[in-house]
Amino acid sequence: MDTRQQATITIPEQKEAVELTGGAALLEALLIEGVDTIFGYPGGAIMPIYDALYDYQDKLSHILVRHEQGGIHAGQGYARSSGKVGVVFATSGPGATNLVTGLADALIDSTPLVCITGQVFAHLLGTDAFQETDVINITTPVTKWNYQVTDAEEIPEVIAKAFYIARSGRPGPVLIDITKNAQIQKFSYPGYTPCDHIRSYRPKPIVRKEYIEQAAELINQAKKPFILWGQGVLLGYAENEFKAFVEKSGIPAAWTILGAGAIKTDHPLNVGMLGMHGNYGPNVLTNECDVLIAIGMRFDDRVTGRLDKYAKQAKIIHLDIDPAEIDKNVKATVPVWGDCKETLPLITELIQSNDHSAWLQKFRNYEKQEIEAVIQDELFPSSGQITMGEVIQQLNELTKSEAIIVTDVGQHQMVACRYAKFNHTRSNITSGGLGTMGFALPAAIGAKFGAPGRTVVAIIGDGGIQMTIQELGTIMQSGIHVKIIILNNEFLGMVRQWQELFHDKRYSFVNITSPNFVTVASGYGIPGKSVSERKDLKEALKEMLNHQGSFLLEVMVTKENNVFPMVPQGCSVSEIRLK
Amino acid sequence: MSKDQNKMSKANKVLPQGEDLGGAKREYNFTVYTENQIGLLNRIAIIFSRRKINIESLNTSPSEIESIHRFNIVIHETEDVVRKLARQIEKQVEVLKVYFNTNEDVIWQELALYKVPTDNIAEKASVERLLRQYGARAVVIRKDYTVFETTGHREETDALIEVLQPFGLIEFVRSARVAIIKGSSGFNVKLREFERTEPAPDVVENEYLNKRGDIFTM
Repeated sequence: MDTRQQATITIPEQKEAVELTGGAALLEALLIEGVDTIFGYPGGAIMPIYDALYDYQDKLSHILVRHEQGGIHAGQGYARSSGKVGVVFATSGPGATNLVTGLADALIDSTPLVCITGQVFAHLLGTDAFQETDVINITTPVTKWNYQVTDAEEIPEVIAKAFYIARSGRPGPVLIDITKNAQIQKFSYPGYTPCDHIRSYRPKPIVRKEYIEQAAELINQAKKPFILWGQGVLLGYAENEFKAFVEKSGIPAAWTILGAGAIKTDHPLNVGMLGMHGNYGPNVLTNECDVLIAIGMRFDDRVTGRLDKYAKQAKIIHLDIDPAEIDKNVKATVPVWGDCKETLPLITELIQSNDHSAWLQKFRNYEKQEIEAVIQDELFPSSGQITMGEVIQQLNELTKSEAIIVTDVGQHQMVACRYAKFNHTRSNITSGGLGTMGFALPAAIGAKFGAPGRTVVAIIGDGGIQMTIQELGTIMQSGIHVKIIILNNEFLGMVRQWQELFHDKRYSFVNITSPNFVTVASGYGIPGKSVSERKDLKEALKEMLNHQGSFLLEVMVTKENNVFPMVPQGCSVSEIRLK
Repeated sequence: MSKDQNKMSKANKVLPQGEDLGGAKREYNFTVYTENQIGLLNRIAIIFSRRKINIESLNTSPSEIESIHRFNIVIHETEDVVRKLARQIEKQVEVLKVYFNTNEDVIWQELALYKVPTDNIAEKASVERLLRQYGARAVVIRKDYTVFETTGHREETDALIEVLQPFGLIEFVRSARVAIIKGSSGFNVKLREFERTEPAPDVVENEYLNKRGDIFTM
């Protein structure tokens, strides 16, 4: 199954210029950019656009969310599952400021979005008008690009630029703020020309041959090479190129949480997850490899641990499309600046087919230790309360690793990322860089719209669900099918874990009470169930998956379990603890 | 590695033996070529303020090419930080090109104005000597006050404050720094590269990779 859809743009034949309002011109532009779904919430300053939308309902599906933050996370989920640009509408003032968390999340996780906000009439700018906020300046640090439109004639060109910037190079969120007068204004619409070049912006650099050659040479000489891959492989649609590279080189490969799924979890050369709660072998052996090949990842501190003790023995090959990432955290011996869809095949061609089975075995030995010390008890406990891990384990079996898993932030996120198995790319959707609680429910809604043929399971903690629980209303109204699992440990679990380990068990405000989630769901017309006994778990999961429609399953899990292994903050990756 | 040796020899020209150039803070001049766009000043300024780095001086002006703006930004930082900042600035969509240079690699000037009571200056100071010594000139001479102007480096404009202070300096103001890069051949050729939809095969646009150890980069 391949659900990826490269954005395809068809330009309709240019008719004579027609008179359109700014709002209608915007919607025309969206149609030509291949947009089919908009997540949004109307309000005073965006009303002319919504008025225009009334006539486009058969061509553009608009999903009414319950909060603008839910709207933008849905847009992110849509973009991540489909590979297309997510589109979000919000009004001025509070509507726009409610987008800020999602913009920050999308920027740090390189998610392509185009957000349209209404703004007060141009003549009212700066007068503290009703629902006026300086949206451009508020969103500047959290957007790849933003622009304020005050004249309808600008709309076709600006929207074309917005889509081009959002999806090209290293993708990211773009915000276009349109004053109300520009939405109403009628102008002679000249047709829409998609943008393919901005002189001050070079999304794709020319690949430098000498660095390809140097990288290949290092790889050919390496005795203990190690591949780290990130979301760049997915963003570049380079899964096949990546797989060919891994298989020809025979090099063990580990992933960041946003890179998960680029090759199957069960691939023989996939050695697991990197980082603070990643697998034992990949962390320890980072400090033993001789050549580290980083592909489309940015050496986040949750991946590297203490930087001055990170892979100091290794030569580093860093493939990235963003030059600002090269040498930012980890100094590269060979910088391969470029789109990995182009650079990987060039390197693959120059390397010898190889087999590193003795080195790979080292990863497997560490894996064995980790299974004995941690994984066995987490996935197959024989007594006590249900663990988070066994929920994921049973979900893997029932979905045959075919589902899209959307997670929130915290312990359940780390457990899900560690144990969920993926057969397909674009299957693990989570808030990685920003760690936004409340992300999962709306993102799962968006993910399902982006990949309607796939099962979407949101896994959320009892804390995070309450941050965006109102989006159950969006599910109710849109009729979208999302499976929701709440792993309820009656704590803000990750903070509690840190308080236990690093603050002498002084549990400061991590004890959280929850409503009866099943009752809440039923209020929204969503069936649900709560289980706390091991014997009921599998049947409940089956019921959830087999139900034709959305379903909420609450699982009461062990209250004070910790996620291990763990690289404590300020420690080196090789100091990872199994308990 | 030879790259590192290059870096050290460059460092030794201006720094004591053995001092790590990447680790020592000093003055750097950014030259940023940009489109003329509302909001871009903020986009660039917050790259510094986010990292709690003080901008010592900031000037925006036209450049040698019509419609293209030129920022001169001065900060006091290590080369390592400066290099990362340059890449973050160049990443902005409307920024065409960023260069950074030490003071040795640029010709730079700042302009200062001084307002002093005409009585004092006429009676007590040897105006002619002052003007000659500090390269200043009188812009306005009125009965009540006189305004002098001088251009030069920071220490030169500072020195004149000291001299005029005893004569009742009423107002002082200094402009941001403007700087010309000694080794630059201007931006015209570069711009033509940028304007091509597809870069020509002979254009090496990521040339900064060659010069990772040099001061003049990107």
